[in-house]
Amino acid sequence: MNALAARRRHPAAIAILLMLGLLVTGFAYAAVAPQPAQAESSTAQDVTAGKQLFLANCASCHGVNAEGRVTGNGDKIAGPALAGVGAAAVDFQMGTGRMPLREPGIQAERGDVQFSQKEIDQVAAYIASLAPGPAVPSEEDVDPTKGDPGAGGELFRVNCAMCHNAAGAGGALTRGKYAPSLMGVEPKHIFEAMDTGPQSMPVFNDNNIEPKDKRDIIAFLTAIDEAPQQGGHALGSLGPVTEGWFAWFFGLGLLVAAAVWLGQKSA
Amino acid sequence: MNEQDSHPTGSSEVTPTGEFGSGAVRLDQGHVVGDGGIPERFQNPGFAPHIHRGADIDHAAAKRAERTVGGLFLLSILGTLGFIVAYFAIDPEATIFVPGIGQNKALHIALGVTMALSLLGIGFGAVQWAKTLMPDEEEVEMRHTMRSGPEARADFVSILDDGAESSHLKRRPLLKYTLGGALGLFAVPVVLPVLGGLGPMPGDDLSVSYWNGPKEEDGTYANTPLRLMRDPQNTPIKASDVTIGSVFHVMPDGLLDLEEHLLEAKAKAAVLLMRLDPDIITSQKEKDWGYEGIVAYSKICTHVGCPVGLYEQQTHHLLCPCHQSTFDVTQDCKVIFGPAKRPLPQLPITVDDEGYLISKGPFKEAVGPSFWERGSV
Amino acid sequence: MSTEIFPAGRPADRLRDGDRPEPQQPSNAARKVGGVAGWIDDRTGAAKGVNYLLRKVFPDHWSFMLGEIAMYSLIICLLSGALLTLWFVPSAGHIVYDGSYVPLRGQGMSEAYASTLDISFDIRGGLLVRQIHHWAALMFIVGLTVHMFRVFFTGAFRKPREINWVIGTVLALLAIIEGFAGYSLPDDLLSGTGLRAMEGFVQTAPVIGSYLAYGIFGGPFPGEAIIPRLFSAHVLLIPALLVGLFTAHIVLVAVQKHTQFPGPGRTNDNVVGYRVMPVYAAKAGGFFFIVFGIIAAISALVTINPIWAYGPYDPSPVTAGSQPDWYMGFADGALRLLPGWLEFHILGFTLSLNIALGALVLLPLVYTVLGVYPFVEKWVTGDTREHHLLDRPRNNPTRTGIGMAGIVAYSVFMFAAGNDIMAIKLGLSINDITWFLRIGLFVLPPLAFWVTKRICLSLQRRDRDLALHARESGRIIRGADGSFHERHDALTERERWILVQHEPVAPLELMPSVDENGVARPATRKERLRAKLSHFYFKDAVNPVTPAELAAAHHDGHRAEAIEAAQTPFDYEGVEGSHEGHRGDGHGADTDAGLESDVDARGVGSSSPIRE
Repeated sequence: MNALAARRRHPAAIAILLMLGLLVTGFAYAAVAPQPAQAESSTAQDVTAGKQLFLANCASCHGVNAEGRVTGNGDKIAGPALAGVGAAAVDFQMGTGRMPLREPGIQAERGDVQFSQKEIDQVAAYIASLAPGPAVPSEEDVDPTKGDPGAGGELFRVNCAMCHNAAGAGGALTRGKYAPSLMGVEPKHIFEAMDTGPQSMPVFNDNNIEPKDKRDIIAFLTAIDEAPQQGGHALGSLGPVTEGWFAWFFGLGLLVAAAVWLGQKSA
Repeated sequence: MNEQDSHPTGSSEVTPTGEFGSGAVRLDQGHVVGDGGIPERFQNPGFAPHIHRGADIDHAAAKRAERTVGGLFLLSILGTLGFIVAYFAIDPEATIFVPGIGQNKALHIALGVTMALSLLGIGFGAVQWAKTLMPDEEEVEMRHTMRSGPEARADFVSILDDGAESSHLKRRPLLKYTLGGALGLFAVPVVLPVLGGLGPMPGDDLSVSYWNGPKEEDGTYANTPLRLMRDPQNTPIKASDVTIGSVFHVMPDGLLDLEEHLLEAKAKAAVLLMRLDPDIITSQKEKDWGYEGIVAYSKICTHVGCPVGLYEQQTHHLLCPCHQSTFDVTQDCKVIFGPAKRPLPQLPITVDDEGYLISKGPFKEAVGPSFWERGSV
Repeated sequence: MSTEIFPAGRPADRLRDGDRPEPQQPSNAARKVGGVAGWIDDRTGAAKGVNYLLRKVFPDHWSFMLGEIAMYSLIICLLSGALLTLWFVPSAGHIVYDGSYVPLRGQGMSEAYASTLDISFDIRGGLLVRQIHHWAALMFIVGLTVHMFRVFFTGAFRKPREINWVIGTVLALLAIIEGFAGYSLPDDLLSGTGLRAMEGFVQTAPVIGSYLAYGIFGGPFPGEAIIPRLFSAHVLLIPALLVGLFTAHIVLVAVQKHTQFPGPGRTNDNVVGYRVMPVYAAKAGGFFFIVFGIIAAISALVTINPIWAYGPYDPSPVTAGSQPDWYMGFADGALRLLPGWLEFHILGFTLSLNIALGALVLLPLVYTVLGVYPFVEKWVTGDTREHHLLDRPRNNPTRTGIGMAGIVAYSVFMFAAGNDIMAIKLGLSINDITWFLRIGLFVLPPLAFWVTKRICLSLQRRDRDLALHARESGRIIRGADGSFHERHDALTERERWILVQHEPVAPLELMPSVDENGVARPATRKERLRAKLSHFYFKDAVNPVTPAELAAAHHDGHRAEAIEAAQTPFDYEGVEGSHEGHRGDGHGADTDAGLESDVDARGVGSSSPIRE
């Protein structure tokens, strides 16, 4: 104590305090601030391997430097530029089998995943190295058991249900586009889709819906996905249209069959 | 009840006899072409001979039918017993795997299936009984024209006439007109309070929203700027939070704290906030009312009022899920498809000193579905 | 009376001989019933009327059960609905949910929604009752719709049943209003969106729209008044009307006796079928349990209206696939098809025909058109007789065509209401589907009319062919003179009767322009219209084979062909000529049963001249 007290008027004290203050602030900021882009695990090796994979599988549409490519008339983008889309976008698009695109269409459809998670991570590392963008969420960010399904349901209904349907069964958009079903989608991919806004979907970045709120939404979707059926077959959770079809075809069919049997002569 | 007398079903009984056979034919009784005695129309050949069922002629078949019916009734009893057991024995949270459905609440399935058995057993049993053991020969009941005889009709008229006469209705017009007036008016005391009490007059209510601020005593509105808040988090939004491609669902500051009339306020004040590249916005008014490409539009469809929430960030189209009206955000939310006519009303916005988005004023027109006196803005 | 149950195994011919078992002493059980019934009859004198009802004869045909499907579904709705009122809280009051459905816990919602959740999750069997109620409601309206099809296509609405047809259309309209009120009660996100749209419809009523909306909702949307008001309408006002009209409907069926399909022994003056006691009571009573059982089974295995999935109503959120129940689909579909340019701004006022036409006009219009159809048809055909024998749909091609065109137009609207679901399930563009249906609305109904009518005419010609030449056996026979001909299997008299029983028809013709006194009498515009419509209705009718034609066909194949050629469409005169002076009697079906024919009631024949 005494020693410290004695030296506090030392000319270097101010400089040391300043240094200390800056360091504390920096660490505190680093701890609190949202983690941008680069996952710690990505190495220069990954980036190189990712670039090789990218050149082999993606560059034909997105360009050799992921700068995007324009074809034909000039108004149709074969593949958008990827600088800044972040690792999350790569993980979502490749992890759900939407990329590489199997055939040009109105929108990329979910399909079989064509790469291992390691390869996807490498491409993600390469894309993330081009410019900062949303990172792949941590395990904890997407752990449905840590979220509040009730609060998530309210957020889901306001922000998501108008396209994806209140039960997450999906819905139609304009001109053949559609919002896909959310049942059976991995929590990680739900998070990444909100973060990056793939295709027609708007972006719900962390300033719009905080990571905690995103986890609540994931908890809600997991809850309704895993819940047992309450009252029998859900008919795709598509609402009154399928119920009406069922009434006309099965309900009326059964009742008319019974009426025909009833009216038949048994002789 | 002579019209219900059963006719033996032998064909000779119902085949017309003597109608065409007696030489002379009346004009209203049928037409005979030429000299061949051929009637104009075919004749109803009468009933086909009855065919007996197995159970009518065979004791063993009848016994089998009896056992089938009895078995169905027994099935119903078992169903009912099963229902009672299921009701008390099954835990409401228990689930069961049903092929084609997956995991389902066991209680619901058990109650429904046992109830169906209980009902279908009775139903199929009764019908099977009727079909196999009850008489299956059809019987005949005669019809008569619906109209009463001329006497009855004349009688009816004369009763009414006599009534009018004997009650002095015809002779004393004062009674007729005063009674008519009284009967015509007596419903008013019943109907008036109903009509008067159904609801308040709309006034300018449909044309203003929470963005107008509270109504002053002189009937004007404060129109003070309000912060745009996230729905449902109720937090203010910085302009820098709204990146290109983002969409925010927005309520005015204070609305979500309302204790009363929350839904009524929401139904008019809901707003959708989007950021576009300012270069692709074609409307100067849209740019002016927005803030650096951030634009706010009413979320309430101008068709019948559903929330127009479906924003496609690549095409900048807004789609209403109810009737598919499609609005183009780059063209000041003009309708480009579907049944709506008017564009979505835009909310003028700017930022306050702290960088939060605020309204520059209320909507300049009534939001939501059209109505007669909304004004042709 | 053959109402007793005969012991099985009795000799087959006993009944046929009109033989009756010896009157037996009433059994013990019968005496007991007699005792109770006697007690009641002493006080009411009901035996006579009840006996009459118990002996009534009902014809048996599967299509006659369609109305019963509707009737029983309505009864099931009344039963299950009464149960639901024990728990449902018709209030928009705000509470926070703390029931057993986890994903909604802690959410603010209305008491109506919370109590519906409680019925679904916290009351044993509550969800089953709810689903039975809703499925039965859908089946009620499905049942009454197909019942209406049956009545329409068989012409069962003709005199004397026009009143019952009108009652039926009012019932149908009330049923869908009742259904909509019930659909809206749980106050979930889907039904609330439906109410929001309904408020939008009402608001667009010219001049009074906003006042009407504030009256219905008790102020601005959504308000707290609408749920209790809908509840009162749903459980009290409309059911009272439904039950009253439905009772009148049934009473009229009993009074007028049921129609029957034509067949051997069945005439316009009798009813052939089973007595209520015991056969019809067992069948109809049993069918109630079958309908209830099937609806219970469906409710056990198939979810309907999972309100927990939609969440509580809030005007800000909405769910993809927002649709009404199917019976409101045609009105919702019309709203999706109507283009926006139908909204007009005149002198500062807004007239939204893009909404009002679909939401406010179409619904009453459909049911008004249905209701007046019998009267229009009667005017066009000039047919004022009573009809108790049903038409085979093919024998009235124009009516059948009109009916199919109507069904197709209705279906186009209804499919439009599901355009978003079709888009995702069929991988189509919602815009393409909408355009297809917009065009289809104008193209498909006339096409359906034309195709249906052609099919009917072809079927009629085939019937004629069958009646004239019987079935081609495929066996070639060589005649004595060396000629070859194909052997035709003869029809029995009863088989032929089905093909030839219907009445020949012809268009109404204008009266001569000069009446019998030589005074010029120009046809009025109304008469000309009537003649034109009548021509449209009957112009290419194919009339049944007559005995003369059959005899000719038997004598000489060539002559039969000549006669058939004379029957070709548009050419009546050739055929009519030979019958002149006799067609007016409209005799026809009278020849069939040897019963007293009521000539008076059949006074107007099928080609009677127009005289107003």
